[in-house]
Parts: sequence; structure tokens; C-alpha cells
Amino acid sequence: MSESRDPVEWYRRMRRLRRFEMRAAELVGDGEINGPVHEYIGEEAVAVGVCAALRADDVITSTHRGHGHILAKGGAPDRMFAELLGRESGYNRGRGGSMHIADFDLGIYGANGIVGAGAPMACGAAFTFKVRGEDRVAVPFFGDGAMNQGVLLESFNLAVILHLPVIFACENNGYAITSSIREMLGGDLARRAEGFGLPAQSVDGMDVCAVHAASAAAVERARAGGGPAFLEFRTARYSVHNIATGGRMRDNRSEETLAQARERDPIERLAGEITRGAGWEPGGRDAVDDEIEREIEGAVGFARNSPRPRAETALDYMYADTYPDFPAPGWEH
Amino acid sequence: MRELTYVQALNEALRQAMTEDDSVFMIGENIRGGVRAETAGLDDAFGPERVLDMPISEAAFTGFANGAALAGMRPVVEFQVASLMFPAFDQIVNQAAKLPLMLGGQAHIPVTFLLMGAGAGGGRAGQHSDNPYTFLIHAGIKTVVPSTPADAKGLMLAAIFEDDPVALVVNSNLLGRTGDVPAGGERARLAKGAVRRAGKDVTVCAVGHLVPAALEAAGRLAEDGIEVEVWDPRSLLPFDKEGLAASVAKTGRLVIADDSARTCGFAAEVAGLVAERCFDSLRGPIKRVTRADVTVPYSTPIEQAMLPAADELEAAVRTLAA
Ligand SMILES: Cc1ncc(C[n+]2csc(CCOP(=O)(O)OP(=O)(O)O)c2C)c(N)n1
Ligand SMILES: [Mg+2]
Repeated sequence: MSESRDPVEWYRRMRRLRRFEMRAAELVGDGEINGPVHEYIGEEAVAVGVCAALRADDVITSTHRGHGHILAKGGAPDRMFAELLGRESGYNRGRGGSMHIADFDLGIYGANGIVGAGAPMACGAAFTFKVRGEDRVAVPFFGDGAMNQGVLLESFNLAVILHLPVIFACENNGYAITSSIREMLGGDLARRAEGFGLPAQSVDGMDVCAVHAASAAAVERARAGGGPAFLEFRTARYSVHNIATGGRMRDNRSEETLAQARERDPIERLAGEITRGAGWEPGGRDAVDDEIEREIEGAVGFARNSPRPRAETALDYMYADTYPDFPAPGWEH
Repeated sequence: MRELTYVQALNEALRQAMTEDDSVFMIGENIRGGVRAETAGLDDAFGPERVLDMPISEAAFTGFANGAALAGMRPVVEFQVASLMFPAFDQIVNQAAKLPLMLGGQAHIPVTFLLMGAGAGGGRAGQHSDNPYTFLIHAGIKTVVPSTPADAKGLMLAAIFEDDPVALVVNSNLLGRTGDVPAGGERARLAKGAVRRAGKDVTVCAVGHLVPAALEAAGRLAEDGIEVEVWDPRSLLPFDKEGLAASVAKTGRLVIADDSARTCGFAAEVAGLVAERCFDSLRGPIKRVTRADVTVPYSTPIEQAMLPAADELEAAVRTLAA
């Protein structure tokens, strides 16, 4: 799953992202998910629009707020829930959790807990495609907060001087946790990217059609050897920065700000466009919603029924090449 | 076998690895144009797509190498000076070292970190005199510190073809050292130490450029009838625990020579290991000869005063052998 130009399919994917996150939030509340979860709710049009412009063999890197990117690139909800629940059947065998889900078969080089860290890795993957003569592209996702990370800005320069097939996808939701971009970022975000020699465009990130159109154009250019690009997607997160067992973080944004964001809801917007335009498949919107509901419940069931990793395996997977007595256990008797 | 210098051996290893496997490529600052001896001639031989000059962006180019490694390449990342790995530490520690386990075995990161310009003694002052292997070991990065030209080649080849990140720390004081180097592409084995001089009285476990210092001290001590066994770990992580235990079982005495910080340093780890495993063999306290726990100062008398060398090693051995 990845490339698609079908609005109903985009709706299905956005609905999947939202229901996945709502269900994950419930499981955090119930204590079934142990670590923090950063909900993607409100930003669905960005991941879905970008990934619908990508082929299955293209690569993405993701962020702490990664579930949406992974689902949009084809990640399976059952193995994702299994990872969140710390199960051996999870994508990372329960070794990574929410902030680290990856599927290399789907070109998902992983969510990442360090802001900005995925971007240089996407450049390295893109370089590999380029020297091998493959027409694959790499898309690092990152937030507005990452725009102040040196490694990301260094990566802009690398992509430009090496003329790499990289599309930098900036999700500007206006905040880095509680800090507003207005107080944290000098100059303008897209102009900053332009300063590095990147063609830059600012796009309405609540409009999946606009996100897809801008992404498809940048991807097509990069694939044809036209080099990197920068896309800013203006979006909004509905929930607090993250949630974890034992409580929600406090949100310092006003009710008014949040209400304004919800009025631009990307899913309702697309649904309206489908209704007014090409129309739904037989069964209508409800049929898609029901299908997603069943899929999500089935995925949670799969995760719950999967075993947790055995304690004896705690030292596994750190190294590909191991040696006697290495890696060392924590004690000897 | 022919004689090569240490840096020629590094160069030969890079050349052979790049010939053998076209997924091997090299990035670093100012590595093209043949100005640096370890990369001399490589860009002529392999072209600009396999020998890439990088902007002064250690964090990004290290991450770039990690990403290329995830995509199936075997990058060699050169840090022009060992302490220049610090600007890239997130990509080394949080990414290269940690991702494989967190990915649950889905992917490996066969990257080599080549740390040139390690060590003090050249009036380079605090920011250009580190021997930062302990930081790497602590992060779980496999780390090798070759002391001879043959090992410079064999361990470089091993590092490049290992499927995990490996750091190779090159001390500036060793670059001109000469020795026999095999012409073939044999890879050294990690976790395998070497006895550089056999002896029955005291084991000196010496790291990197302190191996020649230990051999010098051993020569002097032999004149007084003290027979030192110089044992070179070669690979600090993974470490040849059995090899060192065998030497200590024979001598019953251990001095550890490690030119890095004393507290929580590599010597402390070796001492802990031997105390735990070889207590019954020991006939005296374990001695550590390390740097003082301060930043390396510039002026020669104070720079030399805080660094371990043959004299300090000799004195440590004498206190144990007395
Ligand atoms: C390098 C780094 N610094 C700080 C953090 C802690 N942190 C996690 S998410 C976050 C905010 C990120 O904001 P942004 O990039 O805009 O992404 P968003 O959460 O809005 O999606 C911070 C400060 C981190 N994970 N990594
Ligand atoms: Mg943000």
C-alpha cells in the first residue's frame, strides 16, 4: 500500500489513522499501553497525502509522533498495536514501542525519539538509491520544532550539495510541546529552507488534496533527478503533546485555538468533497467507517493475544555479530 | 610480507575493502585530492561517488552514513580528529548504537567510524588530544585500537565487514610506526588479544600507543631480571577476557596502561573484570597507569606530566615486583 490517487482510499486511510490513535489513547488510559504516545489526530492529511504520492519502495523516516506516517506508508495496525502493547509479534518485537516502529520491507526506516535525527538518515538512504541508479526517493518527516535542530539544517545542505532525491516534509503544527513557533523560530520556516537552496513551498496541511498535489510534484521531480525539495504543511494537533499512563500532559493552548483547528478538520473536509463530487463506493461513508472499526478492533485483539517477549531474550538484537560472553550480562555469580 | 607504515596499512585496507565490495564507500572532511595519507589515491581509484568530501557537518554526515548503512551500504566515516565525534554523538550513540536492538533485529548498521588524530603529546591542547574510546565502549559501540601496522590493516578490514557499527581509534603517535603487513585481505578477529612479549612476572595490559611504551619499559625491566608479559587487547569491545585471564593466571600481577581518563575509565573496567574473575590468581593489587582526570593542558611540561608513558609503567611494575 502506498501510491493512490483515489479520494475514497485517502478517506479510508485518514479514518484508519484517526481511529488507531483514538483506540491507542484509550489503551493508554486503561494502562494497557505502558509508554508515552504522541497522538497524530488532526494531522492525518499530511501523512496520507504525502505517502499517497510515494511508491512502496520509497523510504520515509518518522518522528516521535510517528503512528500516522507508518500507517499511511502501509504499516499494519495489528503489528503496530502489538508493538505498543510490548508484544513479541510487534514490528520491533516489543523492543521499541511507540516512538520506534519501523518496517524495512515497507520502506519505513523508523520513527525516532530524537527530534530531527531521521533527516540525515533519509539523506544517506537517498544517496544509496542515487549511486545504485534506482529512482527511489526518501522523505524525512519532522515537526516545526525540528527546524531549530542543527542536524536537520545540516541535512538540508547535504541534500542540496549532493543533489539527493529527498523531499523534506515539515509538519508545522505551530507548537513544540508548549512552545509556540512564533516565540521559537526566527524568520520564516519555508524561507529558511530556501536559504539552503531548497525549492520550498508552504501548503495547507488540512487539505489532503493539496498535500498530495504538492508532494506528487516534488516526488516526480526528485525521481527524475531534479534534486531535493522542502514542503511545509500547516497543520494542527488536536490533543496534548503526548499522553502516558498516569496522566495527560497539560495543554497551554486556549479552547478557542483548539476549536478553530477542529473546524478545519481534514477528514470531514475530504468527506464533504467526496459527497459533493465523485461520490462514495456502494455502502457510502458508513461502510468505510465500519470496515475500519472492524480492522482496528481485530488489531487490538491480535495484540492482546500475542505473547510478551521472554525475559531470557533481553540481551538479544543489539549486535548482528556476537562473541563469547558478549554482550555482557549485568551480573556474574 | 613487506614493511609498511601504520598509515600506509590503513590506506591499503581501505583500498582493498573498496575493491572487494562496491558497497564500501568513504566520507569525511578533506579526504579527496590525496592530501591525507590514510586516504591517499582513493578518489583517483574509486571516484567521487565512493570518496566523498563532506561539509563540516559531523552530525549530519554521521547520520547520512547510518542511513546509507540501513539501506545496505558499508560506509566508512572519517573524523579528522577523534574529538570531532562529539558533535556527532547523537547519531553515534542514540542512533547507530541503539537502533539495532530497538528495531528488534529488522536491520543492521554496518558503519565504520574511523577516528583519526586521537591522543595527546603534540601540543594540540584540550580539544584535540582525546583518546575517546571509553565513551564509545560505554555506548556499546564495538571499538578497536590497533597498535601495529599489521593490526591497523587487519582490524580496519574487520571493522568494515562487521555487520555492526565499529569504531577504529587511531593514535597520532602511531602513524609513522613501521612493521610487517600481510599483502592479502585477511581480517583480524575481534575479541582476540595478543601477547606482544612473553614474561612470567607481571602482565602489562597496554592499549594502543602504550603497547610500544610497555615494550620499552619491559626491555629496561628485563635488565633487572623482571620479566614482563605485554598483552595487547587490540579490541576493547568486545574484549578478550579469556586471553587476559590466561596471562594473569601465569604472572599473578597486573598493570593496566590506558591513556584515557582514570575515573570510570577503560582501565577501571579491566581491573574490575580481573578482580572478579581472577582473584585467586592475583598475588598483589591491580595497578592502573592512566591519564590524570583533567583536560589536557597545552604547555609541554604540564601536558607530559598528566599523560602515562613508559617511565610511569616501569615504576608501577617495580612496585608490584618488589
Ligand atoms: C533533540 C531532542 N530535543 C528534545 C526532545 C524532547 N521533545 C520531544 S518532542 C518535542 C517537541 C517537538 O516539536 P515538533 O518538532 O514541532 O513536533 P510535534 O511534537 O509538534 O509533532 C521535544 C522538545 C527530543 N525528543 N529530542
Ligand atoms: Mg510542532
